[in-house]
Amino acid sequence: MIISVCIVLGSLIIIFGIVTFNGASYISIEMVTQTPNPNDALRGGILNSIIGSMLLALPATGLAFLIGLGIALYLQKDFTPSWFSGFIRFTLDVLWGIPSIVYGIFCFTIMLYFGLGGSILAGIFALTLLEIPIITRYIDEAIKMVPKGLKEGAYSLGSTKFETSMKVIRKQAFPGILSGILLGLGRGIGDTASILFTTKATNRIPTSLLDSTDTLPTTIYHSYQLPTGQPKAYAAAFILLVIVLCISILSRILSKKFTKHVIK
Amino acid sequence: MAINSNIHIETKNLNVSYHEHHVLKNVNIKIPTNQITAIIGPSGCGKTTLLKSFNRLLEIADEVKISGEVLVDGKNILECKGYEIPDIRKKMGLLSQKPYPLPMSIYENVAYGLKIHNNVSEDKLDETIEHCLKEAGLWDEVKKRLDDPATRLSVGQQQRLCLARAIAVKPEVLLCDEPTSALDPTAAQQIEKLLLKLKQEYTVVLVTHTLRQAKRLADYVVFIYFGEIVEQGPAKEVFKNPKDPRTKAYMEGDIS
Repeated sequence: MIISVCIVLGSLIIIFGIVTFNGASYISIEMVTQTPNPNDALRGGILNSIIGSMLLALPATGLAFLIGLGIALYLQKDFTPSWFSGFIRFTLDVLWGIPSIVYGIFCFTIMLYFGLGGSILAGIFALTLLEIPIITRYIDEAIKMVPKGLKEGAYSLGSTKFETSMKVIRKQAFPGILSGILLGLGRGIGDTASILFTTKATNRIPTSLLDSTDTLPTTIYHSYQLPTGQPKAYAAAFILLVIVLCISILSRILSKKFTKHVIK
Repeated sequence: MAINSNIHIETKNLNVSYHEHHVLKNVNIKIPTNQITAIIGPSGCGKTTLLKSFNRLLEIADEVKISGEVLVDGKNILECKGYEIPDIRKKMGLLSQKPYPLPMSIYENVAYGLKIHNNVSEDKLDETIEHCLKEAGLWDEVKKRLDDPATRLSVGQQQRLCLARAIAVKPEVLLCDEPTSALDPTAAQQIEKLLLKLKQEYTVVLVTHTLRQAKRLADYVVFIYFGEIVEQGPAKEVFKNPKDPRTKAYMEGDIS
């Protein structure tokens, strides 16, 4: 047991330590309040990347959630025979396993077809595709765990399938659904490969869906390649880690808050 | 097989099978209005399946085949279209083995049915909820904590809450699937008392595998064995002079 704790907790501490230590010279308040210096990309802040990451990951997660919720509800026994839902679940698992760079080139191809360049829109599209299987499977599992007796109870009060899904099952499955959403968000905000192809790097804060944008992962990637860019890369990694950590903590707190009604 | 009052539910040649397993075989029974009908028999012989065929809850399960007729007030509910099913179910309150309150507050649990059916105007809601909780003998215990999650109640209280929420939608029948099996003796006794009181207003169908409970409560008894109806009739007759040797064996504890 001690060994497993050491491996898990140790890796987290070491990663955090290295990132903080190497990025220390760059981490400052300006970093999160300013855009990069136009003359020297290694000076100034990375506000544009932080905003870019949010602008991609938040709408993508929202979209993936809406689509995923629909699919997950449809997969339940009350709506779909199990041989078919089993097939869709398998497909989702395959999609989950597809490397994100494949999503990236896929979206890139589609963009070229429509004559679009790297843009926020394309990035959102890629991330949504990436997140759909994750969020759907999480919601699906959460709904599957809803006890049969609870559904029967709701049905026997004369509620329709739709009412039962929206008012009873949703409430019971909510903590699980929330974990799925936040996990999808965490994955989306940190994913690099799918975005490398679909958004073009820039130092500006984007103002429209068709603008190009920088994100935290692409900033890390591009800065690290510059001879003196490593502190900036580590600093961006630090911010990214803090965001992901906040999402995890938030998901824990919210799940706890909403489990008080959950029937065991 | 004399029934002195009206027939509320009747099945004709009802057959149910899950996958390849034939659970109910040519079931023909009659359930009288405003009485307690106990469906007795050993575990796994199809009692619950029979109960759930009355409000079409069976169809939630996968690959279930149902044939025959289930007549409620003379109407075959198996012929009803999908959109009519909620109305059929609304007529039948359900108490399951383990109580499953809805994942909301005590108040919301009772309000749920009222709200989805728009039965009661907003200003009468509180009053109706109080009435239902009183009917279920729960009001005094929860009146000060109506906003608490239903999960904080004891199992016995949860079962009475399920009863209150069932009553709220004004059913005609109460389907009780071994409603006391998860409860301690005191809580079980409370439920039994309530059922005796409620039979004046509702037709009660009680699935039970405790014979003593059936003897205490039932006016009418249906004995089911391996999916077949072996015997049915007024409780006193069946318990005193069982006609079928299998019923007799079950009563005497030789089969269980």
